[in-house]
Amino acid sequence: MSESHHPLTTQGLEVRLQQPGPIPLNADFCCAPGELLALVGPSGGGKTTLLRAIAGLYRPSGGHIRCAGETWFDAAGGICLPPQRRRIGLVFQDYALFPHLTAQANVMAAMNHVPRAERAPRAARWLAQVRLEGLEGRYPAALSGGQRQRVAVARALAREPRVLLLDEPFSAVDQVTRRRLQRELAQLREMIDIPILLVTHDLEEAAALADRLCVLHSGDTLQSGPAETLFRRPVSPLVARLLDKHNVFSGRAMRDDSGDVYLQWGPYRLDAALPASVESRAEVDWYIPPSDVVLHRRQRPSRGERENPVCGTVSEMVVLGGIAQITLTFAHTRDSLRFEIATHAARRNGLARGEEVSVSLLASGIHIM
Amino acid sequence: MDWQALGVSLQLALFTCLLLMPVGLWLGRTLATRQFRGKALCEAAVALPLVMPPTVLGFYLMLSFGVDAPFGALWQRVTGSGLNFTFSGILLASLVVNLPFAVQPIQRAFEGVPNNVREAAWCCGLSPWQTFTRIELPLVWPGLVSALALTFAHTLGEFGVILMVGGSIDGETRTLAISIYDRVQAFDEAGAGIMSAILLAVSFVTIGVVYGLARRGRGLRV
Repeated sequence: MSESHHPLTTQGLEVRLQQPGPIPLNADFCCAPGELLALVGPSGGGKTTLLRAIAGLYRPSGGHIRCAGETWFDAAGGICLPPQRRRIGLVFQDYALFPHLTAQANVMAAMNHVPRAERAPRAARWLAQVRLEGLEGRYPAALSGGQRQRVAVARALAREPRVLLLDEPFSAVDQVTRRRLQRELAQLREMIDIPILLVTHDLEEAAALADRLCVLHSGDTLQSGPAETLFRRPVSPLVARLLDKHNVFSGRAMRDDSGDVYLQWGPYRLDAALPASVESRAEVDWYIPPSDVVLHRRQRPSRGERENPVCGTVSEMVVLGGIAQITLTFAHTRDSLRFEIATHAARRNGLARGEEVSVSLLASGIHIM
Repeated sequence: MDWQALGVSLQLALFTCLLLMPVGLWLGRTLATRQFRGKALCEAAVALPLVMPPTVLGFYLMLSFGVDAPFGALWQRVTGSGLNFTFSGILLASLVVNLPFAVQPIQRAFEGVPNNVREAAWCCGLSPWQTFTRIELPLVWPGLVSALALTFAHTLGEFGVILMVGGSIDGETRTLAISIYDRVQAFDEAGAGIMSAILLAVSFVTIGVVYGLARRGRGLRV
């Protein structure tokens, strides 16, 4: 699905690229100044290719790229600026630092636009900004993974770019360093007012850092929006699968004679809001977030039991610390329902493989695709 | 001691290095970074002097240098003199023979420069020429030095090709290696021994200096 409007085409980054092959692309997204847009999707989904196309390192066969009011690429107009003329800050996945240059000289290398005498002090300031005071004279080989990443970020920013491109910038460091660097990126954002594009396959990272996510698959931008929207309202089963969301089912949208709408799912009649565009008796895919599945207590009836109750068999129970992930299967479908509850609650309710349980599917959570 | 032969040898080695390094840089970089049709053929042609017997290579060079051959005739027309049995002739032959020694270490060095380092330089705003001089050249410096050392040392020691193309003309084409052979033929073992020792010393010192340079070359600043 493409975005319906591009609100900030003059200031931000606007990307529209199409090509049939060799790497298929059908991308359409924009990123406003100060916004952090995460491109997520599986490996080989075209994320890095898109980033390279924006940087001018890859030339697609169709479309255009505009940034800060300049046209960087326009296939129809025959425009394709080289990377040197695009003012981009690119942090490579493995940082691509110049191994024969010190941290400071690495940063200075991106300062062609700065008078020669000012380069050294400015580079030192950039390094201080990413907390590398005192390490200006170190060569990349003598820096830790996290420090290298910071040098790469400082070098990208020293170019005073119109857009910051981050290609899996946290994938080459350990978990603890990753958390710290992610926090630093969030802080760094306060200072810079340019579009930031983050390529990642880590959904948690994308959700935590980005204002919006853009789901890519085979070069196709399937859906973009805030993480919460994407996670609760994926537009298609494919997007749900790419976002690691499991509870996708097929049912039938129904309108009865009195005008009531509901969703027929096997033997169950589920209350749900139907989009106006869906015709009665139409076959639909629907999704429910795990957070909107409520377990019925065994002994005591609880509130909400009247809301879309369904009955299933526990086919899997995986305990991950304090959280238990429950998978239910049903007699009428091969699709299974997953949800999470506190492990102690699972124990108290006597949940175990093969047990019959009933749950409520909250109507507000049911999303018809 | 044939000082004149030593002079010819050193001159030949120096000119070969000077002329071959730009060629080696260009060809080595092209072969390392570009994909084109006939690349394998090109690499094979560069490596050919490594596997051909020097006398065979010398024989073909001698034939093509003759005034009856197109190349020799062209040279004669442009410069007014022939190539066989001249310093120019053995220099040209030396360039051909040393091509793999100059190109291959440089090609390997360029292959060792990750492509994204080059791309990072472009994204930093460095022009292709600045990328070459500030980033690539310092990174391939050890390969360049290896190429220099190999070419220099190999030219000092070259025998078969030089003999075929240049013969043994005093002060023109008689290199130290050929002079040593002449002395041995004349049963002057003492003379041959001194010259051999000098050749050994010169080769050793040259390579020592060159490898010292390679070490110093690391850590160049922008």
